[in-house]
Amino acid sequence: MKLNLTEIRKDFPILERETRAGVRLIYLDSTATSQKPLSVITAMDDFYRRSNANIHRGVHTLAEESTALYEGAREKIAKFINASSARQIIYTRNTTESINLVAYSWARANLKQDDLVILTEMEHHSNLVPWHMLHAERGIELEFIPVTEEGLLDLETYKILLSRNPKLVSFTHMSNVLGTINPAAQIIRLGHEAGAVVLVDGAQSVPHFAVDVQSLDADFYAFSSHKMCGPTGIGVLYGKATLLESMPPFLGGGDMIKEVKLRSFRPNTLPHKFEAGTPAIAEAIGFGAAVDYLNGIGMDNIAAHEHEITEYALERMEEIPGVKLFGPSADKKGGVAAFTLEGVHPHDVAQILDRDGIAVRAGHHCAQPLHEKFGIQATSRASFYMYNTKDEVDLLVNGIYKVKKMFG
Amino acid sequence: MDDLYREVIIEHYKNPSHRGKLDPHDISFADNNPLCGDHIQIDLRIDSDGLVADARFDGHGCAISQASADMLVESIIGKPLEEVKKLNKESVLELLGIDLGPVRLKCALLSLKVLKAGVYGLGEASDELVE
Ligand SMILES: Cc1ncc(COP(=O)(O)O)c(C=O)c1O
Repeated sequence: MKLNLTEIRKDFPILERETRAGVRLIYLDSTATSQKPLSVITAMDDFYRRSNANIHRGVHTLAEESTALYEGAREKIAKFINASSARQIIYTRNTTESINLVAYSWARANLKQDDLVILTEMEHHSNLVPWHMLHAERGIELEFIPVTEEGLLDLETYKILLSRNPKLVSFTHMSNVLGTINPAAQIIRLGHEAGAVVLVDGAQSVPHFAVDVQSLDADFYAFSSHKMCGPTGIGVLYGKATLLESMPPFLGGGDMIKEVKLRSFRPNTLPHKFEAGTPAIAEAIGFGAAVDYLNGIGMDNIAAHEHEITEYALERMEEIPGVKLFGPSADKKGGVAAFTLEGVHPHDVAQILDRDGIAVRAGHHCAQPLHEKFGIQATSRASFYMYNTKDEVDLLVNGIYKVKKMFG
Repeated sequence: MDDLYREVIIEHYKNPSHRGKLDPHDISFADNNPLCGDHIQIDLRIDSDGLVADARFDGHGCAISQASADMLVESIIGKPLEEVKKLNKESVLELLGIDLGPVRLKCALLSLKVLKAGVYGLGEASDELVE
């Protein structure tokens, strides 16, 4: 079903604002963080106005309400990615913390010196640095699936790496720079055949297309609320129950315990075992509302709309002399257009576009090694979500022409 | 805001008059802006009277960082080293002739940081150098 952009845009109050007098915001930076619909803002506001109380163990009305809302959101999120139970949804702060949870808990219990971890050259720093740290700490070995000139993963090299008995494969479902949507099911299946556990960074996938963790057969799957219409400060680590159960706790403290003695403790059951201390309650509730919102529109409809916008944007941008786009063609990628403009630094591009209210990001987008691979320091990046229109793409293109003229 | 890309800045960015390296040199220093990856190296030759005999910058980055480096290097040739040590944020803003927000200020001041760290013989270019 085609999206009704007029209606959808009305759901996002921020899209009405001007960045300066007479200049309306053109928000093309949803890959960094998405805007929030009113329903999410209201859900959090209502919680603080009506139901605010700490969760679990309370018997009073508010504590029961807040616990029900907090756990209800977990149920919604579980269904959203088709997890078989809500116990497998661990609340974290964001994708970064989810990956770190696996690195601290699972990996420190299971990896030893010289054990091989396979990553890719297109990872966000959040799926690189935790493994660098483990490499420094205990000498695990790291190998990388190369990225081809087109911006795809080189699966032939992956197959060769797999023959070296890897313990873990960790890769991004969708690149935040190239936009590449990786063949996750295949990468996971091959990883499993080689005996590896597989972690997927879903920060860019879950917000933009339907993800089914069971059909993917992912062992771990990480994502952030703030990129999918929800608030900042909350994310999820999904894990297979057997794995999560076998893992030692991550942070210690309240809520994650079943029983505490002066000199010992027994950890709580899933998912609470990994959720120490008072969590981001209002944020979890907002996250649940975001999932409701996305379901209301339909992930397949969102993906189709983004595909249409991306195809149009790539086509228009390709026509601009001096523009170089990174990543594969629209049929292999999500709504991301990273580019350079000959003779102009990406920061200058972004700054000049900002005069016309156009928000794009410039820099290495937390993927420095990937930029190095393509021989550049930085790119400008426009990214699209369900609320972006072709008109906005046209304004972007006009803006880039203006930049060219200025630096002419 | 519109001043940010004044013609003279774009001109210095596109056709810098003092881009390059000096070999031999008496002072050479380089640093990055970790935020953007802008990189600047400055080489100086000092004569027996303690004057800057020649100066060049090299590197890559946005128009603001590169234009300010070119203007800065141009402005110190023939000046006593003691005077170079006294340069501050205002000196650079005066050269550029624009006002800058906090993010772009870092781009503009990178060259001065590098210059002063080199002149003072410091191991690292810190923000305090350009206050
Ligand atoms: C592919 C990818 N992985 C991980 C992250 C990190 O997400 P967060 O900052 O929410 O932890 C991002 C965010 O930019 C991303 O795009």
